[in-house]
Amino acid sequence: MTDFFRRNKLAALGFGMIVVLLVAALLGPWLAPYDVAAQRLEDRLTGPTWHHPFGTDDLGRDILSRILLGARVSMRVGATVVLLSGIFGVLVGGLAAYVGGRLDAFVTAVVINSLMAFPGTLLAIALVAFLGPGLDKLIFALTIIGWVGYARLARGQVLKVKTFEFVEAARALGASRLRVFFHHVIPSIIQPVLVQASIGMAGAILAEASLSFLGLGITPPAPSWGAMLNDARNHLFDAPHMVIFPSMALVITVLSFNLLGDALRDWLDPKTKT
Amino acid sequence: MAAFIVRRLALTLPVVWIVVTLVFSLIHLVPGDPVAQMLGEGAAVTQVEAMRHDLGLDQPLLTQYRTYMAGLLRGNMGQSFRNQEPVTTAIKRRYPATIELALAAALFSVLIAIPFGVVSAIRRGRAADQIIGFVSLLGVSLPNFALGPMMILLFSITFGLLPVSGRGDFSHLVLPSVTMGAALAAITTRMVRGSMLEEIRQDYVRTARAKGLNERIVILRHAFRNGLIPVITILGLQMGALLAGAIITELIFSWPGLGSLTFQAISARDYPLAQGCFLVIALSYILINLVTDILYSLVDPRIRYD
Repeated sequence: MTDFFRRNKLAALGFGMIVVLLVAALLGPWLAPYDVAAQRLEDRLTGPTWHHPFGTDDLGRDILSRILLGARVSMRVGATVVLLSGIFGVLVGGLAAYVGGRLDAFVTAVVINSLMAFPGTLLAIALVAFLGPGLDKLIFALTIIGWVGYARLARGQVLKVKTFEFVEAARALGASRLRVFFHHVIPSIIQPVLVQASIGMAGAILAEASLSFLGLGITPPAPSWGAMLNDARNHLFDAPHMVIFPSMALVITVLSFNLLGDALRDWLDPKTKT
Repeated sequence: MAAFIVRRLALTLPVVWIVVTLVFSLIHLVPGDPVAQMLGEGAAVTQVEAMRHDLGLDQPLLTQYRTYMAGLLRGNMGQSFRNQEPVTTAIKRRYPATIELALAAALFSVLIAIPFGVVSAIRRGRAADQIIGFVSLLGVSLPNFALGPMMILLFSITFGLLPVSGRGDFSHLVLPSVTMGAALAAITTRMVRGSMLEEIRQDYVRTARAKGLNERIVILRHAFRNGLIPVITILGLQMGALLAGAIITELIFSWPGLGSLTFQAISARDYPLAQGCFLVIALSYILINLVTDILYSLVDPRIRYD
């Protein structure tokens, strides 16, 4: 792993940023200089100062504090969505490929293809628009659109791995089909799944922000970067800092996960190795 | 060719049916009573009952489904209850603006992606490639609701070069289409690069070089033409995603298209209108994919025989 980071400076940068973000997310409530919901109308829309390094919003709330707490929301939604859709997708796609036959045909042709027929973001927007806003509904919608990618990936990988000799050997030694699946097949496909998970974190964080931007995600006054950017829309002329800082937080976070995922993918892919 | 198109159409029909069914069931996902949600608190019971009847929600589910399908076949998507007009009318009025924006965004992304992707492939591993690689990853990581306002800040507010919002002449189209197409440009650049790298390795390229052809001709006439084929698919697939992104871009720039109509419908809890918008966007996506596949098979005949 150290070899990987030594060769991929950008991936190391991404990984470092992710660690910083994790610390910010974990310690956010203690690091934040102000209460995120505390309104001080006399201080509204002030630009960056010593007291408020990122300025304040239209209700006089400290933007730095809200960005720190927003990291918590982003990371929590991202991690939950990636974990749920990863586990569900790998199980469904992997089992379909491992069992084969009608189950595989059904999962691939009917479930995966019809979900892929709907653009992901649109489906998430539609689901949350009708289910109503809220953290649990948001996570549900993002998992519904997220697991298909893992299922497709796992299906492809398992189709390849199940023909390998070590799988046959395990069966010949008398291991049950389920044991072979969980102890031999799954561990051997975990690397590409991790790459997908890193890129998936970026996607889930972006999707959460998009939905919150539309007022469909996190309910106020809880801070979400997407919702902060939506508030900023009405103050482009008088408070540009309201756009700049949450945008930077979002871009840096998403870019970090993409940098790491991208480098990992190239590293694991023998075709791109030089 | 005709057989391929027929087979591809036959594969599309079940997908259309599933999408329509999904959109139909959206209103039944609403927690509690959708009619009460639409009318808000304080609506009279008679009013609620009347609306429930108008929407057909007092019918058994199967009857509702049959009525909905039959209506769709006749081009009837119900009535928007806020604007008191047929959903079809509202969508028809807004659709052209979205098509205009999506085409401009796609054009922008192709104009960026092709030269940068090709340069990146030719200069593989060098500084130009690394810079283009980083910038395109940045483009993928930059959501339209961060890019749009930042471009308004820079080009409209600070320099006063372009209008902040609305639809009108060409200058109105610039910021929204760049905002909408930036991520697509980034994805396509990476795609062009990857595809060109594949081609440059092929034997026919080596042959062309061995013949003593000028490197520019080898790249542009030989490798580029084949390298472009897989890019068409990605572009087609991403055009659909572009339509979904229209909801946010149009909201930022007050662009009077289907995306902002969808947002208005969601905010006003105008469920029939929202269902209509989602359906039209999803069907457009399916149609674009279908056309892409057919185009793909035209430029690469191998696909037809798979």
